[in-house]
Amino acid sequence: METTPQLATAATDAPASPLAIAASGITKSFGDVRAVDAVDLTVHAGEIVAFLGPNGAGKTTTIDMLLGLSKPDSGSVSIFGRSPRAAIAEGFVSAVLQTGGLLKDLTVRETVQLTASLFTQTRPVDEVLERAGILDIGSRMVGKCSGGQQQRLRFAMALLSDPGLLILDEPTTGMDVTGRRDFWNAIREDAARGRTVIFATHYLDEADAYADRIVLMRHGRIVADGSATEVKNLASGRTVRAVIPEADVAALAAFPGVSSIESRGSATLISTSDSDALARHLFTRTDAHDVEITAHGLEDVFISLTSEGSAS
Amino acid sequence: MSTSTASATDRVSLERSVPPLGAFNLTFLRIEMVRKLRNRRTILFTLIFPVAMYLLVGYPQRNEPLTSTSIAQGGLSVAAYLMVSMALYGAMMSATQAGAAVATERALGWSRQLRLTPLNPVANVATKLIAGLVFGLIAVGGTYIAGALTGVRMDPEQWIVSGLVAWLLGGAVFTTLGLLMGYLVPGENTAQITSLVIVFFSFIGGLFYPISMMPELLQQIAAWTPVYGIGEIARAPLTGEGFDLGALLNALGWLAIFATGTALLFRRDTKRV
Repeated sequence: METTPQLATAATDAPASPLAIAASGITKSFGDVRAVDAVDLTVHAGEIVAFLGPNGAGKTTTIDMLLGLSKPDSGSVSIFGRSPRAAIAEGFVSAVLQTGGLLKDLTVRETVQLTASLFTQTRPVDEVLERAGILDIGSRMVGKCSGGQQQRLRFAMALLSDPGLLILDEPTTGMDVTGRRDFWNAIREDAARGRTVIFATHYLDEADAYADRIVLMRHGRIVADGSATEVKNLASGRTVRAVIPEADVAALAAFPGVSSIESRGSATLISTSDSDALARHLFTRTDAHDVEITAHGLEDVFISLTSEGSAS
Repeated sequence: MSTSTASATDRVSLERSVPPLGAFNLTFLRIEMVRKLRNRRTILFTLIFPVAMYLLVGYPQRNEPLTSTSIAQGGLSVAAYLMVSMALYGAMMSATQAGAAVATERALGWSRQLRLTPLNPVANVATKLIAGLVFGLIAVGGTYIAGALTGVRMDPEQWIVSGLVAWLLGGAVFTTLGLLMGYLVPGENTAQITSLVIVFFSFIGGLFYPISMMPELLQQIAAWTPVYGIGEIARAPLTGEGFDLGALLNALGWLAIFATGTALLFRRDTKRV
């Protein structure tokens, strides 16, 4: 999909509606560990936002606070101008969580019926089962469903209230490739109807392909926030990959423009803002061979912005 | 996943309302009942076991007088004693399982899933406890019907008062025990462990055979156990002698202990959702 500038999307979709998410300075500590550290996040109605970050970056903790499942130590969260709990009670926001348990002794359909009974207005049960791709297994016991089918069931439950904001924590875990593609098509369709979607994922290609905007977290802070193109540009430069016999790592690290060096098997990977100069140096001053030069992708940004020791 | 059901013109509405009563509703209650009826272990231990125990142990003693008044003179039989005891057992078992399910579902993450809906946690617990009470009423009713059909004769007040005490007082004390057990040993095995606890307390508390037939030492111990008090109170209408203060203190004391323990563990547990 094309990466649309976020502000333009928001302006055309919802000129007067309140912000889907307005979080300011939210902080949460567990003991001595500051899981989320003064995060500000503003999401306009209709945006699709990917939440990226390594394990322990604070994504799930942030999502818990957005949903009112845990209370920030400080800072405030507002969902469509309401407290998270009020937004859930009115059916404005729903979520597919990694940890949401299901009752094994209910059928798929009963689980959705039960959930539907808790809201004032819902979409028809059969409609959400169909959209989640589990209409044909409605009478199956949840305990007999595969992990992917249970994940689709959670998705069906989240669709019931036709929420203005849908929050998804690792939504495609356990799904096969076809399942993932169908899932994202359903999400894109919803976004066209004005639904705001936030999803945490560790599949970089999903973030790249389906999000209007990428928010990158590390150590409880947001380290990058923008369209996929903007975020990719943050890791400017290229990677030079070469086999360098008796490489002088210290000298290469000190070479102008070089930001990092990594050994991978017999090859050395060097990130640099001046790949031409480095290549020239490798060819003329060393015995380097098998030299490849590649532009940075989202994965490089992810690694460079979230790895240990990088500046935050 | 289909593309047919929602068109792009069908905008997501931001006009909503909050359900009344914290989203308590009869569909939820019905599905809770269906879950119980589907669970063979629940049916066996809550509904079949009390009736079967009455028929096996109580019925053969239908001519054994309970008090010094003989049955020919309108006195009650040991069968009636065991019928009330077994009804109480069914009510206790049902209440305990309902209480334990609250913490078990919390441990399994279902409560967290429900936190994504308008359902108020109090409405959730209330629904489970009501379902437990309805099931307890079925257990009491089933045992009493078995008794009535096999010749137990009591005055209408004796049927009603003993039945209500067994159902509601047994329900109250053992719902809190179930909640407590659920928080102490959350997980899928809570039901089995609590069943064993109930069976043990039932034996020592005089549900399966009259306490007066126990050795002296055991009788003294029995008076301190949690089934003793509610058992004495439930069977009091049968003898017409009333129950002593100790039985009432026993019932209220255990209710207080279980409720306090539950409250403490609940507070510890709510640090996470």
